[in-house]
Amino acid sequence: MLSPRGPKACGGGAADRQIHVLAVDDSSVDRAVIARLLRSSKYRVTTVDSGKKALELLGLEPNVNMIITDYWMPEMTGYELLKIVKESSELREIPVVIMSSENVPNRINRCLEEGAEDFLLKPVRPSDVARLCNRMR
Amino acid sequence: MSLMALREQLNGLVNSMFLEGLLDDQFEQLQMLQDESSPGFIAELITLFCGDSERILAELTKLLDQAVVDYQKVDAFVHQLKGSSSSVGAQHVKLACVQFRQFCEEHNKEGCLCALNVVKHEYYLLRGKFDTMLQLEQRIQAYESKQQI
Repeated sequence: MLSPRGPKACGGGAADRQIHVLAVDDSSVDRAVIARLLRSSKYRVTTVDSGKKALELLGLEPNVNMIITDYWMPEMTGYELLKIVKESSELREIPVVIMSSENVPNRINRCLEEGAEDFLLKPVRPSDVARLCNRMR
Repeated sequence: MSLMALREQLNGLVNSMFLEGLLDDQFEQLQMLQDESSPGFIAELITLFCGDSERILAELTKLLDQAVVDYQKVDAFVHQLKGSSSSVGAQHVKLACVQFRQFCEEHNKEGCLCALNVVKHEYYLLRGKFDTMLQLEQRIQAYESKQQI
């Protein structure tokens, strides 16, 4: 899963082409944590609290470089959001990362098979965000 | 109190919380993310965590007060609280939630009521210390901004 590239200057890039990450989580605490983690790597971050709002935002702004979403959310799970993104011709190129507090191998495999870029176990840490930098679109 | 004394008090408080296991490594990781570009990050996080937790504890109290308990709903709330306490590094609260979920699985009402009390106890203990932490931080930041004028 880890691509053997050499050291790369990772980070959000210059303001005019700043990498934009959409973070989806129904927990306000987790949204604050993931936003801070991503912003400290200089990414531009938008947070939403549901899959439905994520899709609304993507409809208006499809040039998102990565979607990072919680798995367990009411109404629409992260897995369901992943499927919709991967089935959409406009959105399917956007890498999707799933986060979960539970280490369930079946769940992880299903997400990866559906096209998830990576699966992070919560609590998310700076080292988790660092390894995503090569996966941005 | 001098700035140095305030800082010592704050460090002493946070260190004792680590030693007692109230906070774990996750909190330490989060502390390192607070810097000049986000000086209020920890305060914001603590405020969100406390708001969330108290809302959940109120819901749990109501749910367990019912004659017939909806264990699925109870479990969903405990799962949420476990998640946010884990994300913030609130170790004792998180562990109390793990215990609580086991009683939920067994549909054990007595066990759940007991577990809820433990979670409340751990949460309010932590909240008291968080309140002190934030007050000290505010005083330190006020001092520091005065010094810059």
